[in-house]
Amino acid sequence: MAKMSFENHIMKQFDDELEEIRTRLMEMGGKVEQQVQNAVRAISEADSKLAEEVIIEEQVVDEMEVDIDTACILIIARRQPAASDLRLVMMVTKAINDLERIGDEAKKIANHAILLVEEGGSSKGYPEIRHIGASVSKMLANALDAFARFDADAAMSTIEEDKQIDLDYKTALRELVTYMMEDPRSISRVINVLWVVRSLERIGDHTKNLCEQIIFVVKGKDIRHK
Amino acid sequence: MSPAETPKAVKVVKKSKTAPKSKKAVAPKIAPVHNLDIGDHHVTVGEIFSDKPKMTMRNINVFYADKQAIHDVSIDIAENEVIAMIGPSGCGKSTFLRALNRMNDTVDGCRVEGDIRMDGEDLYAPKLDVVELRARVGMVFQKPNPFPKSIYDNVAYGPKIHGLADTRVDLDEIVENSLRKASLWEEVKERLHQPGTGLSGGQQQRLCIARAIAVSPEVILMDEPCSALDPIATARIEELIEELSQNFTIAIVTHSMQQAARVSHRTAYFHLGKLIEVNPTKQVFTMPEHPLTEAYITGRFG
Repeated sequence: MAKMSFENHIMKQFDDELEEIRTRLMEMGGKVEQQVQNAVRAISEADSKLAEEVIIEEQVVDEMEVDIDTACILIIARRQPAASDLRLVMMVTKAINDLERIGDEAKKIANHAILLVEEGGSSKGYPEIRHIGASVSKMLANALDAFARFDADAAMSTIEEDKQIDLDYKTALRELVTYMMEDPRSISRVINVLWVVRSLERIGDHTKNLCEQIIFVVKGKDIRHK
Repeated sequence: MSPAETPKAVKVVKKSKTAPKSKKAVAPKIAPVHNLDIGDHHVTVGEIFSDKPKMTMRNINVFYADKQAIHDVSIDIAENEVIAMIGPSGCGKSTFLRALNRMNDTVDGCRVEGDIRMDGEDLYAPKLDVVELRARVGMVFQKPNPFPKSIYDNVAYGPKIHGLADTRVDLDEIVENSLRKASLWEEVKERLHQPGTGLSGGQQQRLCIARAIAVSPEVILMDEPCSALDPIATARIEELIEELSQNFTIAIVTHSMQQAARVSHRTAYFHLGKLIEVNPTKQVFTMPEHPLTEAYITGRFG
């Protein structure tokens, strides 16, 4: 297996172009990671101003997606990349899609944060949000790290983290259903919490996709649906 | 490359430096492939052999005087397969191709060692008729080289000397069929008796292909058949290769990696006279097995 390196093309410009989409993907990942953290914090700290910020910043993530996508199309048109270069470009076009969807989920969480702040009252369900939110943020950070280092093993162990998140999600659901049964007046509020937990679980799934794509770049193996 | 793009790239690099929250991607620094010598002990990787071989080559060494151009190459070419041979200049791919129909015999000081067989028959057997061999293993060259004769005579020449046609009607039929198979018939049927050299480059190359297939070869060797042609003529030849592979086995040497990717079923990568890798084309261009193949097809040899 050839080691991962996107340098040393005869055409230096090609190196720069690949390095550029790589760096921009990392930037987008950093931005999305921050969005998720802020959205979760907006809920636990009842900070609707922070939530508003997340909603506005979602546009930036969208723009990043479009820009990187355009850069990838240009590389394919001009360089006809092959082998590991091709795999990198294809991976980036897919990864930005997942990152953008994570951004969407963060925005949804922020919307619910505002609703929860407006309703006020108890913070039932927040520990679950904080707990799953922390696990998901960590998983996303690990995935981006694995991408920065093209580390397939790290990507593989990050995929495993999604299993725990799915379990925690199911446990949280049961918990939230109990709250609703105990106190029917809390139903609308708990449903908001439920959507947040659902969004976090989806973020875990998108992060898992990201890891699968990293493995595809490094190993050339498609491990989706396996 | 378009100079208009340069400022954009520069701008983005700046942006990434100033972006506050961005994680700087740290690519692992890996030394470029400078040491291209792969040593004496070398094993070709990939799918080298075939269950249904048309031609088998075993331990081929080719020398020009005392300089060795091909080192111990073994490979099968399967029936009705299109196999592409790629590699940097001087890697021996053309030399190897020419060994397949003994074109190297005519080169002074060139010596071929090893075992080359077609359908099990030794092509270097002393009794073998080389003229007949070259009818069975036809060749198309880099530059179109029609004879200075009419279009008709260019195609009819081979069948005539090999006695493939008894009557004028038979010959007419062979000429028409060959020109049709080479997708040239519609363009030249009104002017069959005008000189072949009056055709355009792309048409001349298709005439040479028609000439090669007129003697019903089993294998067609193509040595960079499109390097003197424009993109449209190239596309026509590539389309033709696809059609011809229904009836013939084709080995093509090309400098265009995209062409190898487009037309071939298997790709063989040569490097400094050694066969590095043979694999299905779809694998070679997405996930090559050998780092040297990867370096070559991604454009990393300096």
